[in-house]
Amino acid sequence: MADEAHASAGRYATSGPTQPPGSAAGPESAGPESARPDWLGRLGARLRPGQPSDGPLRRLADDRVLGGVAAGIARRTGLDVSLVRAALVVLALVSYGYGAAAYVVAWLLIPAQDADTNIATRSLADKRGIGLVAALTSVLVVGLIVASALDATWIVSLGAPLIVCADGLALISRNADAAERQHVREFADPSGRAGSGRRSRRLLRIVVAVLLLLGGGWALVGHAEKNSALLRPLGGIVLLVGGMAIAFGPWWLRVARDLVEERQARIRAEERADIAARVHDSVLQTLALIQRRAGDPHQVTRLARAQERELRAWLFDGRAPGSLDGQAATVADGVRLIQQEVEAQHGISVEAVTVGDCPLDEELTALLAAGREATVNAAKWSGADVVSVFAEVEPGSVSLYVRDRGRGFDPDAVPDDRKGLAESVRGRVTRRGGSVTIRSTPGEGTEVSLAMPRSAAESSARRS
Amino acid sequence: MTAHGAAAAPPAAGSGRPRVFIVDDHSMFRAGVRSELSGDVEIVGEAADVAAAVSEISRSLPDVVLLDVHLPGGGGQDVVAAVKAGHPDVKFLALSASDAPEDVIAVIRAGARGYVTKTISGTELVDAVRRVAAGDAVFSPRLAGFVLDAFASGMTAELDRPSFDPELDQLTAREREVLRLIARGYTYREVGRELFISVKTVESHVSSVLRKLQLSSRHQLTRWAAERRLT
Repeated sequence: MADEAHASAGRYATSGPTQPPGSAAGPESAGPESARPDWLGRLGARLRPGQPSDGPLRRLADDRVLGGVAAGIARRTGLDVSLVRAALVVLALVSYGYGAAAYVVAWLLIPAQDADTNIATRSLADKRGIGLVAALTSVLVVGLIVASALDATWIVSLGAPLIVCADGLALISRNADAAERQHVREFADPSGRAGSGRRSRRLLRIVVAVLLLLGGGWALVGHAEKNSALLRPLGGIVLLVGGMAIAFGPWWLRVARDLVEERQARIRAEERADIAARVHDSVLQTLALIQRRAGDPHQVTRLARAQERELRAWLFDGRAPGSLDGQAATVADGVRLIQQEVEAQHGISVEAVTVGDCPLDEELTALLAAGREATVNAAKWSGADVVSVFAEVEPGSVSLYVRDRGRGFDPDAVPDDRKGLAESVRGRVTRRGGSVTIRSTPGEGTEVSLAMPRSAAESSARRS
Repeated sequence: MTAHGAAAAPPAAGSGRPRVFIVDDHSMFRAGVRSELSGDVEIVGEAADVAAAVSEISRSLPDVVLLDVHLPGGGGQDVVAAVKAGHPDVKFLALSASDAPEDVIAVIRAGARGYVTKTISGTELVDAVRRVAAGDAVFSPRLAGFVLDAFASGMTAELDRPSFDPELDQLTAREREVLRLIARGYTYREVGRELFISVKTVESHVSSVLRKLQLSSRHQLTRWAAERRLT
């Protein structure tokens, strides 16, 4: 680490003169320093190789060990970066960890060199990250309570900075930019990357874990009060688990990550299947229709336009084909949509007739949704080739009739699953003040009549 | 019924097999219709565009012409107008996939006795042909919807006009009811049962609507078509 810091200090020194703000004052400030004793000047030059810059404090990505805070401070003050780092480490040690917490907070609050916002601002929008922080905090608090029950005061005294550091790092690991996240990952889990230093790093980690175990055990045994004697075995277990977490943690993390990646791959595969199904239902069906009606430019244009609209709505507005809301602006649009959809999905023809038209509101959307349900129902169960849908917009109300000439049913003896569907049609409309009548005769077909009163504001508007 | 009998069948409507002429620019579709109708009607010819249709129909003089609304070289209404000028007895039934309402109304106003969509089943089509041959009107659900729409829209604007003829420019409540049921997919027989009237009465209502549609000088009908074309 010392070597690395040294090397980076050298790199930093060479990049120093290229900074515009400080370098202008260079020759004058060099004057008084040259008057000092030689060794002092050399030491000064060693400790402060660059000039302080006037720019805002930024974390430097190109010269970082962790977050680049030390490098940023060094650039801002002109001090040697190794000196700043040493000072930060000392500060962290003498302040019982508060220095480390301060570093993490600085990491969060100081924007990276080329970024407009700091990580903290971005974290505010990261709901899952905030949830993670809450969970992490509660786990750590429980751990600290256990520790205080065991009278392990040195752990408790580290509690606050520990929580700040853990939470801060969790947010950083989620909300920093990609390059920085990669850097943090490699720093935290070098074994995740195939390389020559892998074995030695793992060894180092195990040594640290063993030392922590021994040290923790010694601290516990040495400082515990008598009344907590019974809890000592428990404390041992806690320490053992902690040691194992450090020793095997990265491996567990990797396994967990593999699992997550596998699940993501499965989700992607399902999404692809879903997309394929939707493309089949919409685009391919439309292309087939266009081929069949190639001689009718009117039809082809209409089909192509409808398909384009649907595809755009799906790709750019996230509305799945088949959802009525938002896609259709008027009753006639909605009926046309039901027709296209049911024809495409159920291979029957839908004879749709609309008289008059008006914009859709919530009630009418519900009416159409119920009508769609009834149409699908007829397509599925009636056995008829044609389903007739008739919508009429009148000044006071909108009526919708769905009729098939299929096998029909005895309304008193319907199977439960069909009764449920009828209820869903009925419930949707009656909840909003509409009415539903279902007439069916076995052998002759079924007609579902739906009606919805129009709201006053709607009906006063001119029929379009 | 033998081939000899068919050839000797009088052209009189209603009795025997109606003589049918098919006008459609899709040969596939003509073949489909021919195979569906053969046995029930006599196919006397077919044509794929306006000019051929006019000359062939004038020569073969069928009872009923099945007419596509959209044709190369003009619309179906051009065929109706040209043939009706010389042979007013030839009856037309528009048969088409989904069309713009203004085109359908134009064909009806030119003199077609009805409009059915191509989704119609073979037996229903035969039924429709017989009905047209007998002089009745044939309303598909879609045509009923178009007509309701045409007569309903902009009623208030229409009332301002001085040359307002209530006889021709408005539908009666009963006619409206009949059209509504047809639009809902009811057959004439079912409409009659629903309204407790005979099929004959239903037919007379529908014919009356057709007459209004063809004779009405309502500006609304033309303006409605123009408006629909814009949207």
